[in-house]
Amino acid sequence: MDFSAPYDRLTRPLVRDGGELRPASWEEALDRAAAGFRRGVQEHGPDSFGMLSCARATNEMNFMAQKFTRVVIGTNNVDSCNRTCHAPSVAGLSAAFGSGGGTSSYAEVEDTDLIVIWGGNPRFAHPIFFQHVLKGVRNGARLFVVDPRRTSTAEWADRWLGLNVGTDIPLAHAIAREILHAGLANETFVQRATSGFEEYRALVEPWTLSAAEAETGVPAEAIRELAHAYARAERAQMCWTLGITEHHNATDNVRALINLALLTGHVGRYGSGLNPLRGQNNVQGGGDMGAIPDRLAGFQDILDARVRSRFEDVWGRPIQGAKGKTLTQMFEAMEESEIRTLYVIGENPVQSEPETHKTTSRLRSLDHLVVQDIFLTRTAELADVVLPASASWCESDGTFTNSERRVQLVRKALDPPEGARDDIEIMCDLATRLGHDWERPAAEDIWNEVRSLSPMHRGMSYARLEEHQGIQWPCFSEDELEPSFLHRRLWAQDPAERGEPAPFGIVGHSPPVDLLDEDFPFRLTTGRRLDDYNTGVQTGGFSSPLRRGELLDLSPEDADKLGVADGEVVRVSSRRGSVLVPVSISDAMRPGLVFMTFHFPHQVDTQLLTIDATDPIAGTAEYKAAAVSIERVTEGAEEPVSVR
Amino acid sequence: MDLRFLDETPTDTEREAVDSVLGPPESGWDGGTRLDTDLRYARGGHTARDRRDLLLPALHAVNDRVGWISPGALDHVCRRLTVPPAEAYAVASFYAMFALQERPRRVVHLCTDIACAAKGSGPLRDRLAERHGPPGGHDGDVTWHESPCLGMCERAPAALAIEAGPRPRSAVAAPATPGAIDTLAAASPEPAANGHSNGRANGVPAHGPGTADRDLPAAPTTFDDVPLPGTDPEPAPADAVPDAGSPDHVLLRRIGRVDPLSLDDYRAEGGYLALREALRLGPAGVIREVSDSGLVGRGGAAFPTGRKWQATASQPDGPHYLVCNADESEPGTFKDRVIMEGDPFSLIEAMTIAGYAIGAHTGYLYIRGEYPRALRHLENAITVARERDLLGDDVLGSGFSFDIEIRRGAGAYICGEETAIFGSIEGERGEPRTKPPFPVEKGLFGKPTAVNNVETLVNVLPILLMGGPAYAAVGTEGSTGPKLFCLSGGVRRPGLYELPFGATLRDLIEAAGGMPEGRSIQAVLLGGAAGAFVRGDELDIPLTFEGARAAGTTLGSGVVLVLDDTADLVATLVRVAAFFRDESCGQCVPCRVGTVRQEESLLRISRGGDPASEVALLREVGQAMRDASICGLGQTAWNAVESAVDRLGLFDAPGAPARERTP
Repeated sequence: MDFSAPYDRLTRPLVRDGGELRPASWEEALDRAAAGFRRGVQEHGPDSFGMLSCARATNEMNFMAQKFTRVVIGTNNVDSCNRTCHAPSVAGLSAAFGSGGGTSSYAEVEDTDLIVIWGGNPRFAHPIFFQHVLKGVRNGARLFVVDPRRTSTAEWADRWLGLNVGTDIPLAHAIAREILHAGLANETFVQRATSGFEEYRALVEPWTLSAAEAETGVPAEAIRELAHAYARAERAQMCWTLGITEHHNATDNVRALINLALLTGHVGRYGSGLNPLRGQNNVQGGGDMGAIPDRLAGFQDILDARVRSRFEDVWGRPIQGAKGKTLTQMFEAMEESEIRTLYVIGENPVQSEPETHKTTSRLRSLDHLVVQDIFLTRTAELADVVLPASASWCESDGTFTNSERRVQLVRKALDPPEGARDDIEIMCDLATRLGHDWERPAAEDIWNEVRSLSPMHRGMSYARLEEHQGIQWPCFSEDELEPSFLHRRLWAQDPAERGEPAPFGIVGHSPPVDLLDEDFPFRLTTGRRLDDYNTGVQTGGFSSPLRRGELLDLSPEDADKLGVADGEVVRVSSRRGSVLVPVSISDAMRPGLVFMTFHFPHQVDTQLLTIDATDPIAGTAEYKAAAVSIERVTEGAEEPVSVR
Repeated sequence: MDLRFLDETPTDTEREAVDSVLGPPESGWDGGTRLDTDLRYARGGHTARDRRDLLLPALHAVNDRVGWISPGALDHVCRRLTVPPAEAYAVASFYAMFALQERPRRVVHLCTDIACAAKGSGPLRDRLAERHGPPGGHDGDVTWHESPCLGMCERAPAALAIEAGPRPRSAVAAPATPGAIDTLAAASPEPAANGHSNGRANGVPAHGPGTADRDLPAAPTTFDDVPLPGTDPEPAPADAVPDAGSPDHVLLRRIGRVDPLSLDDYRAEGGYLALREALRLGPAGVIREVSDSGLVGRGGAAFPTGRKWQATASQPDGPHYLVCNADESEPGTFKDRVIMEGDPFSLIEAMTIAGYAIGAHTGYLYIRGEYPRALRHLENAITVARERDLLGDDVLGSGFSFDIEIRRGAGAYICGEETAIFGSIEGERGEPRTKPPFPVEKGLFGKPTAVNNVETLVNVLPILLMGGPAYAAVGTEGSTGPKLFCLSGGVRRPGLYELPFGATLRDLIEAAGGMPEGRSIQAVLLGGAAGAFVRGDELDIPLTFEGARAAGTTLGSGVVLVLDDTADLVATLVRVAAFFRDESCGQCVPCRVGTVRQEESLLRISRGGDPASEVALLREVGQAMRDASICGLGQTAWNAVESAVDRLGLFDAPGAPARERTP
């Protein structure tokens, strides 16, 4: 069976007539798109509009998308799929340190003594970052991996701790308690640079090693080992990915890990830091550019009138002084008909959001949906207007910002296919139709506007980016480069220089929402494999010798108990839906734990199973923990199709 | 890079063999039974990967035990060491002595290399083929291979049989008669399954359970000391030295006079006096004596040993390592074998001194896989030396800590190259590395390393006992000390000869009794396959480094292979070319392709092709190999052929005038 789902590039705009999408001229499509937005704003106000911006597109595109939202429409309802992955990391890091980026650089990972990878499988999901991890390991760094599965990342590790899904906070707290009781906390740092320590000490005190073992399943001795290794290391890197953030209490999870760095002083120094590993080439940049509902470019607070006024001066239009809706809130608001028009650039929420049925019906309820993409995705199929765009990474000039906050130039290598147009050009055409006569600015002009508004990007001219082959933010001046790590200030002697202390996060344990019981006894967790990417839109068209389509990874013990063989199709059901999927028996799994990806929605729609319990702070859904049952299916029903 | 393990299980026997080298598995993750604790916790990483150098010993253990390495056994080794099976397969398939398909337990290696071919290995090959089918067959009770030089050239033609089992056994037939070959190739019944699988040395301490109540000797050796049933006992090591016991011997003086298994014998003949002297001199003093002695490497490259030691000792990076290159595989060379078989303690003592001088605490003794007796004698010597505190944490009570690990090669000539040997020890393919960095900076495990040949090392003992200057007075100004020559081929008494530098080729051949009645010398191959031919009328060449150089040839490793007037020179060249083609590691293009082209061309000549056009091609290919190959193998692969063309005039038109000496 061919698991790839190749899409053809879109080269003609499409408009919906009589329920069907039909080809249209650019003029007609743009007119229709603009008219729908105009009508929405006129009838329901600007806050009925929502923008989903693209984490794979350039900084310049993201900046223009949020500017379109704020200036042309007049709302702060702009967000991206960042919400479904690392928004909690940004929220957690911002709460502790005032800015939401990873604090170290790749080079420091190669030059550290201990690397902790918690809730991530970068060998598969972040292979470039993992090359840096391997260099670190080859240079002698010890590697600890915390993950329910013994992933291929864990196979490289000195120690693997296989915790229960959703018990990260008890594990982190027990590590903290052990560090405190062993007298290994960095007292100087705690005293000087943190706040809320006493409360934190009381918070973690109940989490003895044995209490944590009972809750997390990790042997007490292993927890102790990690605690001592982390506290004793001269340099240590704490890295996490979606195993931390795709939970209903994700921001709390992030805070719990940050607490460990605060307790041991593993932040603000060369070689020591906190690193959320980002999965899209520009998921960092999208947020940096203000394509999020609560921040303007450069993480500047939208609630701060002084900040707003600088943007207003340049943009010539007032900006709402209230946070807009997150992606998750926008979808909820569709149900209440608060959001009536949506502009989706390069996103595929139908297949990336949890609970597919709900997402589809919400999008159907919109008055006006415009999708701008390079492929006719499942989301685009629902649109009123489909605008064929360019592939940002090769068909436009601009910049990307990677996980280590490094802004890098991307140069146009190809013209978009005949008929497709550059994202920014399309937005400008729409803006013009909506009464804002935007010229089509060059990428560098847009970037210079970013620099004029965002102090942390100010020193990064295109010329300088080229000269240094990328520059990490912050970069305040064209004359200097800042250190490769953030928050050095926390180590300063002078309290004025030190600034705001970093607060310990006082966060409690909250188990996954979707409870296991007799009917749904298996914990389903989701993630990626090496050769496919998210919903497969971008990778399905490439052949891969490793690709086996969607599979349910199952422990040998459970396979025995269920009496299923490798490759046999089973029915997996949650409280929300059910799918048929072939089984893959894997040593990496333990009894009670199963794993699927969401790479092959045409074959198996995993999001039918997942739950949309979301993190109240960051809005990220709990993809990592669903309760499911597994049944053998009888002969004749083995064609793996989703059951709606 | 990823660990994609195979869906194959090892047999209990294979598991036991591997675990006898690596110790019992710790958990379900490294090849043990999956337990509940394994569902929550795994150890590995550095601890597991740091044992990568045990890959080769583990593969040996399986191959020794069952005769081949099954996918299940390979997978088990990989799980134990955190090595991707694809990588381990690449390593296992690198070596000629490992089989990755099932084969009979007994394997006969028949040497068909130059010296043995000149002494009639051809009919033996035909006999084996007739009785046991083509080489490398997987059916039947035995299998056989044509082997490159087995290092028994003094009693050519030679054959070696190795039989896998609870304790592998071996036997040699040399000179091999048809009857002896038949005995070697006669299968013995499968031994009783109970027992004898643990405690084999394999160069590393065994951790396996149940070693206590065993009836093994006190010093367990990899190979059983009882040869294969029905075979003739191997002649004593001293039989390789025709003038054994000569008072003029320095390096060979103990050969034939001591029991090679007895430390007491060794000490009674002056053993361990040099180490005592070294400890008195201190490391810098030892290096000074060795530098003053003018000793240069005897492996073929003739690099000053004192300089190598000084360069290693002065490296700030640590630890330092010593590697003794006992991978004696240059066709025609057998000197190191005779030392290791006949006077093994001298090598152990010399390595200890070298380790002391360069600041190493571990020495690796890398011995070729085709030397079971030398391996047994060395394993015994190391065990005994450890018992007497001559190796270990406190050598001779001096506080100096030094120990030796044996690593056994598995049939790859290239592993004798001074950087390929590192890869082989580290558990990688034995592929040479580019230089710089040189081994003294980044050698074994990336650390400063001195690599020395066996003969070079044992020269250190007389240097310390005589003093460097006195040693330097022996020989000539440019070539000091005594030298071992491996004389084989058509002379009356082939064997290992020790002569002070300065003797001529004629002196050496006369020492061996000259040529038999009615035979004349057609050509002499100096330095082995990587060396060069000289003519029978060039016997006045002095056997010194400078003399050989002046004569446009090389001493190499001390091979002097005399081809008489009956020898088929073209066939000899084809064999040399086949050797290089077979032994090229394939890493760099000039050598990988060039050695094939060279052999093809010589084969065409041997089948009547036009020498004139072939010689032009050979010259071009040879020059490309010499100029562009990474290591000495490719760089020298055309030497012998070139000398046969230019010096012997082998392909000159009939009636052309004989050549003058061409430097």
